[in-house]
Amino acid sequence: MNLKHFVSMALVVALVSAMAVTAQQSGGLQAKPYKDPVRKQAVEKQDDGERVFQQHCSRCHTAPDGFSPRISGTVVRHMRVRASLSQHEEEELLHFFNP
Amino acid sequence: MRSATFGSMLDFSFALTPRASVPLRGILLAFGILATVHYGSAQDTPLISGGVGFFTDTNAGNTGYFPAFEPLLAAPIGQHILVESRASLFEFFEPNGGNDPGYNHSHFIGLTYLQGDFIASRHFTLVAGDYLIPFNTYNDRLSPIWISNIQDGPLIANLSFSSSGSGLGGMLRGNAIQREKYSIDYSYYYSARSANTQFAASRGNGGRASLYLPEQRLEMGLSYNRLLQGTHENFYGAHVWWEPKDTAFRLRSEFARGHHAQGYWVEADYRTKAFGGLDSVIGRIEPVFRMQQTFRRDTIVSDGLPLVNTQRADFGLDYNLPHNTRILTSYARQFSSTGNHNVWETGIVYRFLFPAWKGKQQ
Repeated sequence: MNLKHFVSMALVVALVSAMAVTAQQSGGLQAKPYKDPVRKQAVEKQDDGERVFQQHCSRCHTAPDGFSPRISGTVVRHMRVRASLSQHEEEELLHFFNP
Repeated sequence: MRSATFGSMLDFSFALTPRASVPLRGILLAFGILATVHYGSAQDTPLISGGVGFFTDTNAGNTGYFPAFEPLLAAPIGQHILVESRASLFEFFEPNGGNDPGYNHSHFIGLTYLQGDFIASRHFTLVAGDYLIPFNTYNDRLSPIWISNIQDGPLIANLSFSSSGSGLGGMLRGNAIQREKYSIDYSYYYSARSANTQFAASRGNGGRASLYLPEQRLEMGLSYNRLLQGTHENFYGAHVWWEPKDTAFRLRSEFARGHHAQGYWVEADYRTKAFGGLDSVIGRIEPVFRMQQTFRRDTIVSDGLPLVNTQRADFGLDYNLPHNTRILTSYARQFSSTGNHNVWETGIVYRFLFPAWKGKQQ
């Protein structure tokens, strides 16, 4: 690798690092605690589905801007193949789409 | 094949689907069969998704216009089977070149993939049919026009045993290990040789393994495949993705090494939540930067990479409109011993997603 390649790689690393630091400083959404146990359970299930979405689906693409509930099972099945989801995660994701 | 001018994304789609003639027959046949299947759940109606877009590309002063349509069909059958397919339809309006004024016109229609998935468990999914080869990540995860951040795909995107990007045969994929702090996914595939215009493929096999750390949102993977016809060649790949938690920053990178060439790309994109969230006017802006280099190992050209060592930097600025619509713009400067040139690209893509037909009421 010659000097030109090294300089270009250094620029890439510097730019990416700057974007990452900015991103981490501006992030940080925190869930609020709930006192009602029923609501807490529902929120936790929703959070689990959101976690599945964040950790698997959104690695490649953003969430669609709404779609018919009649195809939510098909969407989740498609993601189950793509992201190797378990049946439990499939159910959480389905609940996330249909709270 | 057109070089890395108007999106390897689209170029790559051609590479994926070098089969012309009546490509939608397969989809229509599958669609007809699926229409006769009884669906047990009101949420399991087959869907039609995909993207429709219009792109422009100015490469070294020549501007082309490219309407594109990529429909996708997904239909579950029972509890364990999914049939899915994607097709590509492109029109090209390009300058004649030389002293000949005006534009010529051509089009391309082809199947990108058509496969059936049998989901045994999270550890084992059997895929059969014409499938996208999971070598590195771009081919099977980022190539749809409604996902790509930059109109052009990476230069190394089709460096694999099959220049078409798809295989015809079977694949086993799934999750090998799942723990709280990490998980390992795998895929293994075998492809037969086929000269069919709809399902062209090379004989070969290969696989991919990737480690994912959910707390760090870090994914690392290795890919390998081998051509099993003609001169047997090996291809190696590696990828690293990092998407820090609670941010809209994404870093993706790949390295690929073939028998005659190798290269890498690194791409970063970011949306800020600091000015009213991702759906604010500012939050919808998405700057993208991609750096890539390719290196020839010898002068034998049997892949889609440039004929000489090439470096390229892409600076993109995307805007994520409401209702699944994205505006993609980018400027790239490409450097090589055969000459440096600029590539300007703009495009707008709409992603659609709706039921294939009216399902049962819930």
